[in-house]
Amino acid sequence: MTDDVKARIAERAARELRAGEVVNLGIGIPNLIPGFLGADSGVVLHTENGLLGVGPRPGGDEHDPDLIDAAKLPVTALPGAAYFDSAQSFAMIRGGHIDVAVLGALEVSAAGDIANWAVPGRDVLGVGGAMDLVVGARRVIVTMTASSSRGEPKVVAECSYPLTAAGAADVIVTELSVFRIHDGELRLTELLGDATVDDVTEVTGAPFVVALEESHAAR
Amino acid sequence: MSHITSGDTVMVGGFGLVGAPLTLIDALVEHSDATDLTIVSNNIGEPGRGLGKLLRQGRIRRGISSYFTSNPEAVAAVNAGEIEATLVPQGTFAEAIRAGGAGIGGFYTPVGAGTLLAEGKEERLIGGVRHVLEEPIHADVALVYAARADELGNLWYRRTARNFNPLMATAATVTIAEAGEIVPVGELEPESVVTPHLYVDRLVAAA
Repeated sequence: MTDDVKARIAERAARELRAGEVVNLGIGIPNLIPGFLGADSGVVLHTENGLLGVGPRPGGDEHDPDLIDAAKLPVTALPGAAYFDSAQSFAMIRGGHIDVAVLGALEVSAAGDIANWAVPGRDVLGVGGAMDLVVGARRVIVTMTASSSRGEPKVVAECSYPLTAAGAADVIVTELSVFRIHDGELRLTELLGDATVDDVTEVTGAPFVVALEESHAAR
Repeated sequence: MSHITSGDTVMVGGFGLVGAPLTLIDALVEHSDATDLTIVSNNIGEPGRGLGKLLRQGRIRRGISSYFTSNPEAVAAVNAGEIEATLVPQGTFAEAIRAGGAGIGGFYTPVGAGTLLAEGKEERLIGGVRHVLEEPIHADVALVYAARADELGNLWYRRTARNFNPLMATAATVTIAEAGEIVPVGELEPESVVTPHLYVDRLVAAA
């Protein structure tokens, strides 16, 4: 996956976020989203290791060893930020106080089942907060390439990898398109770049309804 | 470190190495022979750092954690059958420790229902949603880190170094706190105390 593809996915996912929303960003492509949110976006970032009001990554000598995000990378805190312990952080998540979680996935099914933490036959030893986030966040946006590195579809009829949660995904953003899942139905709502419906069909492992909407105007 | 004996369950604060009580971990590594330990910590340190040192000594029998993956040596030890791994979603991990300290006998959470991590756990429908019964986690000893303490053991944490520390401080028979700075009684604003001193049995200055 090239950096350009990742950036395109992050750029489109960033346009799903609205002023005033509290958003938790996962590791990988979601971590590129702040670069596409304007300074006045009004989006409030939460990190599950205990900070609401995450700011940009620090410049060289501003690095504070006590201030990291869930990727264990240095961040800053914005004015109005709050720190809290991990039980409260996950109470926010499970309790429905986080508006949006954006995360990567290995597979998403047409019904919104998400598999993003374990590959059978490999180490199944790190789950972190993934299960809590997809169950608890009010809206779950999955950012991922349309196909795996082996060329297999990542949007599938049924997940073959171990589930993170069933029926949790609301939106899927790939480099080709945006899917939305409503009432268990997978809808193709937007084509990105030069992609056609045929292009999307070719790399999608599940039937979907074509329900193209007007493109979101860039903000 | 005489509080820790072989076979004990030991909670260790920190998210990665941030907020980890590194002075206390070094004391456990250098001045204790306790082995066969169950370690409750979000991560098992990093290679050769923090709890990674204890791992290299072969003194960990079991880890209860949400993310072993941050220490590849811990993953290798699990795969080689040298340590037993209990993987728990991070929010369930935090809440189970909170419950352990709060005298709660367990709780039902929707997190993990229908996944590998709920296998063998009691399940029930609450409000039409599948929930999994999770039991509390309690330890013999908790090792926590706070940026500032007063001499009574009231604790104040700094930024994201708080994480699991205040929870673990409540959930062990003996809690040992390491503080970056120890100030006289009366110098911490009572409203800013996060862990009241009754939870803290021993207080050590960070090296």
